[in-house]
Formats: sequence, structure tokens, C-alpha cells
Amino acid sequence: MNIALYIITFILLIISYSKDKKKTKTAVKKAWKAFENILPEFLVVILLVGILLAVINPQLISKIIGANSGWFGVILASIIGSITLIPGFIAFPTAALLLKGGAGYMQIGAFISTLMMVGIVTLPVEIKYFGKRTTYMRNILAFIFSLFVAGIIGWVVTIL
Amino acid sequence: MKNSIKRYRSFLSVLTGLIVLTLINREVGLKALSVTAYSFKEMVTVIPPIFLLLGLLDVWVPRETMVKYMGEGSGLKGILLALFIGSAAAGPLYGAFPIAAVFMKKGVSFKNVLIFIGAWSTTKIPMFLFEMASLGAKFAVTRLLIDIPGIIIIAYVLSKIIPQNEVKVLYEKAAASE
Repeated sequence: MNIALYIITFILLIISYSKDKKKTKTAVKKAWKAFENILPEFLVVILLVGILLAVINPQLISKIIGANSGWFGVILASIIGSITLIPGFIAFPTAALLLKGGAGYMQIGAFISTLMMVGIVTLPVEIKYFGKRTTYMRNILAFIFSLFVAGIIGWVVTIL
Repeated sequence: MKNSIKRYRSFLSVLTGLIVLTLINREVGLKALSVTAYSFKEMVTVIPPIFLLLGLLDVWVPRETMVKYMGEGSGLKGILLALFIGSAAAGPLYGAFPIAAVFMKKGVSFKNVLIFIGAWSTTKIPMFLFEMASLGAKFAVTRLLIDIPGIIIIAYVLSKIIPQNEVKVLYEKAAASE
């Protein structure tokens, strides 16, 4: 996946360079400036993710969000998902393990949905571009929406 | 120099916290460091092409084109493009925000910027395939089918409840950034 991204970027850079050297230089400069501008916030996010994942224990999570934990478990799963930020290729196998460990589908639905849509550790980055009001409102709406997603997933899994 | 210390102040304080944590509990501290190293690797491998694409977009695509396809009044075409670009993306959500800023600078409507953020956060195509493999088709497909309308509804609601003057300030800020 990353390779595809690199290949596309590389090809576009070559096309750009062959058409206009000066413009391409400006583009690279802009890319660097945009990156350097947000780097402090990125580093904070990365450190916080490390600390959070070290402190949280998967066995405990599967117990708290068990299949019989109901809406209480859904809310807890949503809170855990909102706080943590795990790359998808770790999150999905982890979620599969949690399911095997006794977590419910509805709770895992809430966890996955908030994990992806709600970002508490990324708030400083988001606020920098979107301001406080939009950032908070977006995260609150995404949280509520994730509860709805959990309900539907729980329903679909039992019906089908 | 003084300015850069100020900018990295939060980073330095969290880093100090992590070092203190490692001194108190070596095991947890080292685990945190290894996860951090992993995320750092993810950042340095995924983020550079995203920012280069952002630079190329900024330089080559004229504002008029972006306004025409994704600006106010771009209708269904704009919504679908925002959904598609967000879903085709790679990388963590924090990579989407700088791109959103370039979209604002180029005159993409606020609603479409929010749809793009929503799609990037949750309907990424490579992630969807991975989700199907790990959690089953029933789970992944259900989530995708609810998420697409959900993202659009959230974007509509947000663009209605955020006051116009605040959106204007965000756009001015994005336009001022180089």
C-alpha cells in the first residue's frame, strides 16, 4: 500500500519537474513547510499513543466489554476507542482477538467506529486546522454516531 | 530558537513524562517507547508522500478547478469526489488535516472538506479489505453501509451549526498559510 503511494508521488514529481522545475521546487518547499508546521503536534500524538497502549491491557478490555455488558459495555468501548489511536492493521486483528476473548460484536463495533472517527489524542492537530468549535462538535457527533453504528451492528449480527 | 522551544514545549513535557514513567516502571516505559518507535516509523514512511502530494496539489491545481468540482454548488459531484479522495487515502487521520487546509485554500466547500475528513477517518478502501479479513464481511459491510450516509449527515449538520463567520476565519487562516 505504501509502495503504491510512493510510486504515484514519485511519478507525479517527475512529471511536475519535467514540466516546470521552479514550480516543482515551490511544491517541495511547501510540502516541507506544511510538515514542519505541524511536526510538534505530530510528535506529541505519537508519544501519547505509545504511553496509552503501554498502559492499556487487552485481557482487561475484553472482560469489560464482554458480550453481556450491553449498552454499558458499548459506552465503555466507545470511550476506549475515542482515547486510543491504533493503526488499522493492528486494530483489526486486535479487535478479532478481543472478540475471541469474549467481547461482544456491538461493543467491538463501538470500539472500531470511535477508534477511527473520534480522536482525543489528535485534538491538538485538528484544532490547529479546524478551530475548537468545529473540532469538538465533529468529535461529539462522531461519538454519538458510533453508538448508533454499534446498535446496528449488534442488530445485524443477531438477525442475519 | 526560542520560538522553536516554545513550539516543541508540549512535546518536551510529554517526553519528560515518558522518561519519568520509564524510571518508575521500566517495563511499561519500555513498552511505551517501543510503540512510540513503531508509530514514528509509520509517520516517517507514510507522511512524506502525503505532504509532497499536498505541495503538488497546491502548486498545480488552479483554485477555479477545485471550486468547480468541489466548491459551493458542486452538488453530488463534489460529495462523491470528497468521499472518493478520502477513501482512496492512506495514512493516519492526522495526515488528513493538512490536506483539508489546502482544500480550504483552494475553495472546496466546508461541507466537502468535512466529508473528506470523514471518509479518510473511516471508509479507507485498503482498511476496508483488511477489516473484512479480520472481522468478517457482515461486520465490515454493515459498517461501510452505515458510515457513508453517516459521514455525509455529520458533514451537513456541522456545516449548518458552525457559524458562517467562524468558517470564514478558518478559510482565511488556510489561505494565509504558505
